[in-house]
Amino acid sequence: MNSSIHWFRFASPASFYPLAGRLVPWFAIAAAILAAIGLWVGLVVAPTDAQQGDAYRIIFIHVPAAWMSMFIYVVMAFWCAISLGFNARLAAMLAQALAPTGALFTAIALWTGALWGKPTWGTYWAWDARMTSELILLFLYFGYIALRNAIDDPRRADRASSVLALVGAVNVPIIYFSVKWWNTLHQGASVSLSAAPKMAAIMLTGMLVMTFAAWFYAIAVVLVRTRSIILDRERGAAWISETVG
Amino acid sequence: MLRAERLAAQRGGVTLFANVEFALGPGEALLVTGANGSGKTTLLKIVAGLAQPDAGTLDWRGAAVAPFAAEARATTLYIGHATALKDELTAEENLISLARLHGAAADAATVNDALRAWTLEPQRALPARVLSQGQRRRIGLARLRLVRRPLWVLDEPATALDAAGVATLQALLAEHLAQGGIAVIATHQDLALPAGSRRTLQLR
Amino acid sequence: MTPFDAVVADAPPGGVWQGAAWALARDLKLALRSRPELGVLLLFYVIVVTLFPLGVGAEPALLHALGPGVLWVAALLASLLSLPRLFASDFADGTLEQIALSPYPLPALISGKIAAHWASTGLPLVVISPLLGLQFGLAGDELVVLALGLLLGTPTLSMLGAIGAALTLGARGGGGLLALLILPLYVPILIFGAGAVDAMRGGLAASPQLSLLGAALIAAAVGAPLATSAAVRIALD
Repeated sequence: MNSSIHWFRFASPASFYPLAGRLVPWFAIAAAILAAIGLWVGLVVAPTDAQQGDAYRIIFIHVPAAWMSMFIYVVMAFWCAISLGFNARLAAMLAQALAPTGALFTAIALWTGALWGKPTWGTYWAWDARMTSELILLFLYFGYIALRNAIDDPRRADRASSVLALVGAVNVPIIYFSVKWWNTLHQGASVSLSAAPKMAAIMLTGMLVMTFAAWFYAIAVVLVRTRSIILDRERGAAWISETVG
Repeated sequence: MLRAERLAAQRGGVTLFANVEFALGPGEALLVTGANGSGKTTLLKIVAGLAQPDAGTLDWRGAAVAPFAAEARATTLYIGHATALKDELTAEENLISLARLHGAAADAATVNDALRAWTLEPQRALPARVLSQGQRRRIGLARLRLVRRPLWVLDEPATALDAAGVATLQALLAEHLAQGGIAVIATHQDLALPAGSRRTLQLR
Repeated sequence: MTPFDAVVADAPPGGVWQGAAWALARDLKLALRSRPELGVLLLFYVIVVTLFPLGVGAEPALLHALGPGVLWVAALLASLLSLPRLFASDFADGTLEQIALSPYPLPALISGKIAAHWASTGLPLVVISPLLGLQFGLAGDELVVLALGLLLGTPTLSMLGAIGAALTLGARGGGGLLALLILPLYVPILIFGAGAVDAMRGGLAASPQLSLLGAALIAAAVGAPLATSAAVRIALD
């Protein structure tokens, strides 16, 4: 994702493979350090909230996970567009590698959202707009992964799932808008998980640090997965037996 | 007219063929042979503009052709393995429908002429569902007389044809090539072609 | 005159409307000759709707509250069930290849197919829904809004569904995969369609929701054939 400056030089799987391998440790270490700082801020430094007590601290995982789930879908759709527009295999492989991580963050966001809801508002699932939209986003990720798995030829799977991801990307704002409208029609403003505790600056800092930690973690994991996908799909290529053996 | 350079195709991660090259001028026909699974159908689909090659280029009259390009669609007549007949329509209705799909004027008279050339007049009003494989193949090939295109791409056209059917096919091919047309044909069996028009390509 | 020169005479220039007309006429004719299949789809709609009172009890107030949602969800499911027939037959017998190679623009041909599909599977739902709505105790004006919503919404369902049907051609997983891909996209139509009736019950006008359904219809009419064309070409590769 950060190799855009050297795009054309690293556009082939053969040259991307070693580059990704060198980058992974840096992102992994950075992610670990940022996560440590973020958790320290969230669990130790940030004050106990007057209304929600200590249960609110789960937002330091919930909010970054939710942000990442949406961000990764956008990045995934971007690489799908590139792969369709330039008939680029590597872009399709990146998208393929992004999907499981995106789905994971969505699942974490949903799960932590439920855990936050129970002590705070008395219910695990309140059908509020944001959580319901997250759930539908999870279905979109699953659909992408399922379509990929259902098509045998890898290039056809690339193209079909790219079309699906782009159609999904176009529809996500529409789906979110409709779910938000639906929520206000049926429930009014009584329960709203977006009513987070008034943000002390330190809380915002903690969430931002955790978001960057999640982002670097995602980059590291996606690079590793992309390398694995490259090995699998380029199986017959000469450069593999030369470098990997 | 039609030139292929270093065409390669992969399906399901397996390389079907690579470095396929040929050049055809007016009046020439390319017979593509090879074992089952050697990629004949894929090559023909690439030539017809249905599929994208994984490497190489296809040129028509000097200009590169992309799959589904409008110019390719206007100049190619593709008859594949499947006969493209709807079970629920009669032989006549099928032909009229397919001809119109490709922009050819197709009234009852011309369609009946085409059916007669393939000795299918008695089956004209029967639903395709009840016709035999040979009859369905012949209806599919009847399109060759209705839709006029310079490039014919035929995938195993002689399948299920008897000797009379093969003779009719060969006559149509000869006429097409004599008028300056080009044909790319995948075939298991040999087809008699006019002198000087035959080119061959064997896929490994 | 060689075939090369003859080509120009045959291939129609542009031809969006002729292409759509060809597809519409042919698919309607095919649909008329497979009426039993379509009757089964309609029956499926009726059966699914009937299941809900059996599941939640026949208390009139509850059914009245559930009615619009149930009728809409059942319409979504019936639409989903009908989608494979849009491309499956043409894909299997080789006609889809011919359609993709036709000189007519592929989005136009696909629009014609979708229109015929809606006329044979979606329109009957619209017609029968007021009858089923009576079973849920919906009043006259509610039935009108319900039918109007379905009239605006079911074509969009057919169009969005066509994208999914084309993407899943030749893929394993059958109807379950199609449902997973399409149902999230159906959510806004469901929300606005059922919401229109609910809004009217609450004393508000239903026109905002119906307008949104209309806007979705127009947007889908422009975008869905393009996306479906791309998907069909990918499937034929």
